[in-house]
Amino acid sequence: MNTLVTCKELTKTYGKKTALNHVSLEIESGHIIGLLGPNGSGKTTFIKLLNGLLTPTSGELYVKKLPVGIESKKIISYLPDQTYLNMNNTVQDVLDYFGAFYADFEKDRAYQMLESLKISPKDKLKSMSKGTKEKVQLILVMSRRAELYVLDEPIAGVDPAARDYILQTILTNYDPEASILISTHLISDIENILDQVIFIKEGEICLQASVDDIRMQHQKSIDALFREVFKC
Amino acid sequence: MEGTKNIKHSENEWHLTSDRPVFIQIMEKLKLDIVTGIYQPGDKLPSVRDLAGEAAVNPNTMQRAFSELEREGLVYTQRTNGRFITEDITMIDQLKEQMALDAISQFLKSMEQLGFSDEETMKLIKEALKEETA
Repeated sequence: MNTLVTCKELTKTYGKKTALNHVSLEIESGHIIGLLGPNGSGKTTFIKLLNGLLTPTSGELYVKKLPVGIESKKIISYLPDQTYLNMNNTVQDVLDYFGAFYADFEKDRAYQMLESLKISPKDKLKSMSKGTKEKVQLILVMSRRAELYVLDEPIAGVDPAARDYILQTILTNYDPEASILISTHLISDIENILDQVIFIKEGEICLQASVDDIRMQHQKSIDALFREVFKC
Repeated sequence: MEGTKNIKHSENEWHLTSDRPVFIQIMEKLKLDIVTGIYQPGDKLPSVRDLAGEAAVNPNTMQRAFSELEREGLVYTQRTNGRFITEDITMIDQLKEQMALDAISQFLKSMEQLGFSDEETMKLIKEALKEETA
């Protein structure tokens, strides 16, 4: 078990607004971790910092003891909350692009997953429904042999049946030594695949714990605890 | 998914809920499969990963359930071959009896909550059994 991510007193402000407030935490290898919080709690800000799309206002952030940069991008496979792919491309084009871009991309696995979800590699992205686009992007991200997968709202737009397949895909396709950080507010759908959760509230971490410990201690589901902690 | 074909349950048999620790529910399910003979003594268990995929749970959770079953002696590991169900039939019989007693005490508790005395409960059981055999 080694530490993949360390952050100390990590803070990000946008003008007067504080999005992350002195966050300190560690992410170890070999876990599926839910990053849970209501809208605007700082989930995406944290994820963007982790992927070098934002720079911290203050504090420290290391991925395997190195600052965020080229090396960290090699080992983190990131699914953003918004797409950055060119919609005029076909799935095949995008696979080639990923293959050229990432040394750890396994095209065969991507084709396999596309086939089981009945997505034709020849289709253009812009001809696809929102959910299908999301599936393609998740396939791209999960086909890398990364050490950390960071999935920002991976299942929001897909139907429940595909959601099950996607969760299954996540479970059977990641290396047990790797970790997956999933941000979502669809907790009840994914809570059985998580083994840890991080609750984030108004830019601060209010809980990081093992999922079964929480159930044992509170006698309730993560979903129920979430509703209690974040009651409006 | 490949590699999950020879698993003996179907997906919907797991019925996991989220308000109790999942590894405990998995243990209960596997114990039931052992005493009902879905897994025979000495049978090989599927891999952690395959079973985790099938039950849609975290592999660490499945691992924890396996480790607990191993600690209780119902499952043993052969270093390179994987995990197997115990061949100790006495132990499986004891487990079966324990599970039966647990089911009975739970039933008795519900009957008590409904306000039935032991005698009344007994009478109702007898009647129900008679109806079933008729």
